[in-house]
Amino acid sequence: MFSRRNIFLYGTLVVVALYYLLPLYVMVVTSLKGMPEIRLGNIFSPPLEITFEPWVKAWSQACTGLNCDGLSRGFWNSVRITVPSVILSIAIASVNGYALANWRFKGADTFFVILIVGAFIPYQVMIYPIVIILREIGLYGSLSGLVIVHSIFGMPILTLLFRNYFTSMPEELFRAARVDGAGFWGIYLRIMLPMSLPIFVVAIILQVTGIWNDFLFGVVYTRPDTYPMTVQLNNIVNSVQGVKEYNVNMAATILTGLVPLIVYFISGKLFVRGIAAGAVKG
Amino acid sequence: MSKSARPNQLFRNLNAKVASIPMVLTALVVFAGGTAWTVLYSFTNSKLLPRLNFVGLDQYYRLWATPRWLISIENLLIYGVVSLVFSLVIGFLLAALLDQKIRFEDTFRTIFLYPFALSFIVTGVVWQWLLNPDFGVQGVVRSLGWTSFDFNPLYNSSIVIYGISIAALWQGTGLIMCLMLAGLRGIDEDIWKAARVDGIPMWKTYLFIIIPMMRPVFITTLVIIASGIVKVYDLVVAQTSGGPGIASEVPAKYVYDYMFFAQNLGQGFAASTMMLLSVMIVIVPWAYLEFGGRKRV
Repeated sequence: MFSRRNIFLYGTLVVVALYYLLPLYVMVVTSLKGMPEIRLGNIFSPPLEITFEPWVKAWSQACTGLNCDGLSRGFWNSVRITVPSVILSIAIASVNGYALANWRFKGADTFFVILIVGAFIPYQVMIYPIVIILREIGLYGSLSGLVIVHSIFGMPILTLLFRNYFTSMPEELFRAARVDGAGFWGIYLRIMLPMSLPIFVVAIILQVTGIWNDFLFGVVYTRPDTYPMTVQLNNIVNSVQGVKEYNVNMAATILTGLVPLIVYFISGKLFVRGIAAGAVKG
Repeated sequence: MSKSARPNQLFRNLNAKVASIPMVLTALVVFAGGTAWTVLYSFTNSKLLPRLNFVGLDQYYRLWATPRWLISIENLLIYGVVSLVFSLVIGFLLAALLDQKIRFEDTFRTIFLYPFALSFIVTGVVWQWLLNPDFGVQGVVRSLGWTSFDFNPLYNSSIVIYGISIAALWQGTGLIMCLMLAGLRGIDEDIWKAARVDGIPMWKTYLFIIIPMMRPVFITTLVIIASGIVKVYDLVVAQTSGGPGIASEVPAKYVYDYMFFAQNLGQGFAASTMMLLSVMIVIVPWAYLEFGGRKRV
């Protein structure tokens, strides 16, 4: 057990693990200290006197520009962006994947290839044309506009995910349902959907973390009062006016990271499956 | 059945076609159309509003004569090389360590991967605090007595891009480790046994047998890292906002600032077209090798 090899192996792993955990630790510790203690002490030392004041302030009083109602605004905006975006993007992509796997029509594969190639195009190339499209349909700056944007950019990877999953399902199942007279939507709702719950869970994990963590689309397609949490966090931390309150900043940072972290720790192995698929998104 | 089954080509599979309208619109209007639109307008002198007033390659000449763009490109190259090399090396080493049939593998993997669940904004803000010259690592070491200790990457314009890479590596190596681990697990046990029987040292087995066998995994990983590098934006915004001065600017930020702040759309379009071009240089050969080559065989 305590061979030289094991000491080296576990020693290295523990040191690296500590390095990875350090930022999380510092975040938590800083958020529980008062400002006087931060100015005098050491960022790595545990708090002498624990205070939850910074958390309260980050949630309900921190200022971004003229709004001083804290991160709670951004949190609820992010919820109102993430929930419909996840539902809409997965609904569209799963139907796409199903059509591509089982009901292939002429030209379908061409669109699919464009979609996959599109996943590699830098977002910066498509940002402005989308601004124009959203402005034309009157959704620029609104949460619904951002929901559409997330559904568009989630489409390539999710469609790929669902197409591959549905293709791997036994073809006899589909044929039998056809013989029984079931149509496009009937087969989707009654056979494909109930049988593909695991892939839906992977897609949900992928989308919840991806959309919650988005910054670029939030900052381009929303206005200050509809900013998602990441944009608001950045504005709070990097605002130039006022005294820097590092404890409030760190509490705000943890609050912003909390949702994806919870998703991560609950989902475990499924998260790994999700990112292995989602990584292709680039 | 035969009569009603094929009324018209257009109406065959009608439901599938209707259901695919969002996909078709996205592919044609947003991806293909939007890209063509941006490339087209990069040849105009659009300022506040997009206008079709063609000026040839003027925007590109201006772009490559702008110091901020040149710094952005240089930063992107440094950031790219640093994150490519280190995330591959660290990711592979961690995966190899985890692959030694160790105990608590799941715990270690969970710890190495959790930063990947966090956004670049959160990552950037945390590392801005850790690298804060007065309170962070530098301040702590100095307060221990080593008063001349100097480690202040975020406020030193000659090394600021390396400071940003530290945060990027913390956030991203877990993913690379996972991909590498999956690759290592795909290698046949017998290869290891054969190497052991032949008395080949472990590091040689990795270097000359395992890594060459993992070529597909490395290529996929490379594409993933490369396309992530070009997009780097949030991390810089959160950590330094491009500063000190313009020392940590990156192309994605140049595009955003010129489109939405400087009201110089033409410059923004030209810069984003350059980004597209650089991605194509990486993607096209890869796609050709991956998909084009196989079809011919």
